[in-house]
Amino acid sequence: MKDGFPAAAREALANSQLRRNLGHATSTIRAKRARVVGEVPDWEALREAGAEIKDRALRHLDVHLERLEEAVTRAGGTVHWARDGAEACAAVAEVARAHGSDEVIKVKSLASDEIGLNEALERAGIHAVETDLAELIIQLDHDSQSHILVPAIHRNRAEIAQIFHRELGVDVSDVPAELTAAARAHLRAKFLSVKVGVSGANFAVAETGHVVVVESEGNGRMCTTLPEVLVSVVGIEKVLPRWRDLEVMLQLLPRSSTGERMNPYTSVWSGVSDGDGPREFHLVLLDAGRTDVLADEVGRDALRCIRCSACLNVCPVYERTGGHAYESIYPGPIGAILTPQLRGLDNAPTLPWASSLCGACYEVCPVKIDIPSILVHLRGRVVREVGTPPTERVAMAGMARVFGSRRAYEAAQRAARLGRGPLAGAALRSWTRSRELPEPPSQTFREWWRERGA
Amino acid sequence: MRAALFITCLADTLFPQTGRATVAVLERVGVTVDFPAEQTCCGQMHANTGYGHEVMGLVRRFVRVFGDAEAVVTPSGSCAAMVREGYERMAVEAGDDALAAQIRDLAPRVFELSEFLVRHVGVEDVGASFHHRVTYHPTCHSLRLLKVGDAPLRLLRSVRGIDLVELPAAEQCCGFGGTFAVKNADTSTAMLTDKLRRILDTGADVCTAADSSCLMHIGGGLRHARAGVRVMHMAEILASEDA
Repeated sequence: MKDGFPAAAREALANSQLRRNLGHATSTIRAKRARVVGEVPDWEALREAGAEIKDRALRHLDVHLERLEEAVTRAGGTVHWARDGAEACAAVAEVARAHGSDEVIKVKSLASDEIGLNEALERAGIHAVETDLAELIIQLDHDSQSHILVPAIHRNRAEIAQIFHRELGVDVSDVPAELTAAARAHLRAKFLSVKVGVSGANFAVAETGHVVVVESEGNGRMCTTLPEVLVSVVGIEKVLPRWRDLEVMLQLLPRSSTGERMNPYTSVWSGVSDGDGPREFHLVLLDAGRTDVLADEVGRDALRCIRCSACLNVCPVYERTGGHAYESIYPGPIGAILTPQLRGLDNAPTLPWASSLCGACYEVCPVKIDIPSILVHLRGRVVREVGTPPTERVAMAGMARVFGSRRAYEAAQRAARLGRGPLAGAALRSWTRSRELPEPPSQTFREWWRERGA
Repeated sequence: MRAALFITCLADTLFPQTGRATVAVLERVGVTVDFPAEQTCCGQMHANTGYGHEVMGLVRRFVRVFGDAEAVVTPSGSCAAMVREGYERMAVEAGDDALAAQIRDLAPRVFELSEFLVRHVGVEDVGASFHHRVTYHPTCHSLRLLKVGDAPLRLLRSVRGIDLVELPAAEQCCGFGGTFAVKNADTSTAMLTDKLRRILDTGADVCTAADSSCLMHIGGGLRHARAGVRVMHMAEILASEDA
């Protein structure tokens, strides 16, 4: 973390296989998204509605969360409040222990990865089995996720076949059907035997106490229905005020994330019911920095995020560096505004600069998070609250002074012609390593204008 | 029609030919051009690097210098976007409501050159001729903040003799991003390399855009690679009368 994004990116950029895998994957999913979004005539109105729903939820978050607790409890579930990751992990471990289980099966969950749940459970003697295919690949390879939705996006089929061969002892070719069959055989035994399931949630409805998981593989449906006990770890920003809000969200999410009109599996449950599904349901509501984010009037819009990853797929920075360079479970544009806020600016001070502010992310965001503006806002906060290199501060102050007066500005223009002063860029080695600097012309525009008028 | 030219510090200091061409095109279509000499820089570099609080003086200066203009025209999409899309938020964040009100009044009169010509003056053929193969890069802030749409292309298509070829993946950023280009030089360069490859693939001998900063980046890369392809601001092509 010491050198932050620029150094981590430099390393990633040198990996030609990674560049190829990412270039292929992001351009494919970009095209799919564009196609299915293009066929929705009221897409812009939907985005507007999505943003408003999330804003309404966040504006009175305390009220909605208490209503959610009430509704879940009424439906026979148990609600746990976790101030931080450690409290959430402890709650999950306690439930597993209470059922004498040393294994849990997991639905893909970013919140659980954010708080290091698997590692915490391992320390408590409980093994967490990832059941999403890509998460399984990552887990088997002792690797880390590089994409919100497609965590093994940095791997190609051939690499995955090698991982399966090495870790599962199966001989498979790189044909996708063979790879998924191998994973299926490995996981089926777990689905049928493990007593505790762990999930996150895409949405939690305050009005009715429903928890919603959308997914593609069916592993989520297995994990939320087959085990005796289900624990869902859910960030407090996932709450939606009303059941009908899902109408908007379930249109926005699949089209933005996988580029599908509808995701294959949508699991919705509320508490427990006799003879159907888990006999015990626990909802762990996770803060872990989220209320701090709410306190920032500009930055709080990041909490609208529904983790679709459309911003990653269109980001020219992400497309080249991949997710690991962001050193966070939340990479890409959304990660660059979320991670520093959740962890504290001083723990991720380079991330707000990991963007050229091209604006492609804002254009596709289904809940209209103005990511470029939040990046700029967070840059300002880092400058003021954490600090930046003295050379940069001096240069910025010097240039602000020059631009502050016509006389100083014109003098600096003359000096630049001689390769001197605050407007001469000759010292920018990191520019000139790959780009020439323009030669200062013999006459500035204003000198020409003056001459012309004379 | 009168317009005050907001030249931008970059074009004023390093690319005066762009400013001269802008004046030539505007005058050719019958616009009287003023150049308020008190103008300096809009403060975009500071603001986008996190030093916005240090350049509120530049925001006030801009409003003072250009506040009375009938129209403000600039050959830079990103500087126009800074004023039109960024200033008001800066004033609000600084708690200066009076300034914010002045900006709300001024912002709708600020135009990037191509949108001024096509949408405000209502002209697409500005009487230019340019006998070269050209590819156009639609810079991010023109595209996504100003939403200039195809205004630059309409102007370029009307140029006599031009062989305008489409740039693949044109809407991807060139990797400049102001101080991003030096703070994240490696990532910036990776983005630039892909942009250059696509420019070279078109076989164009000129890459054009409506923003000097992106062109400084692309042009700097082309010259570093000794690619034999040059960059020209759109205004220079529109000012050209080569036959």
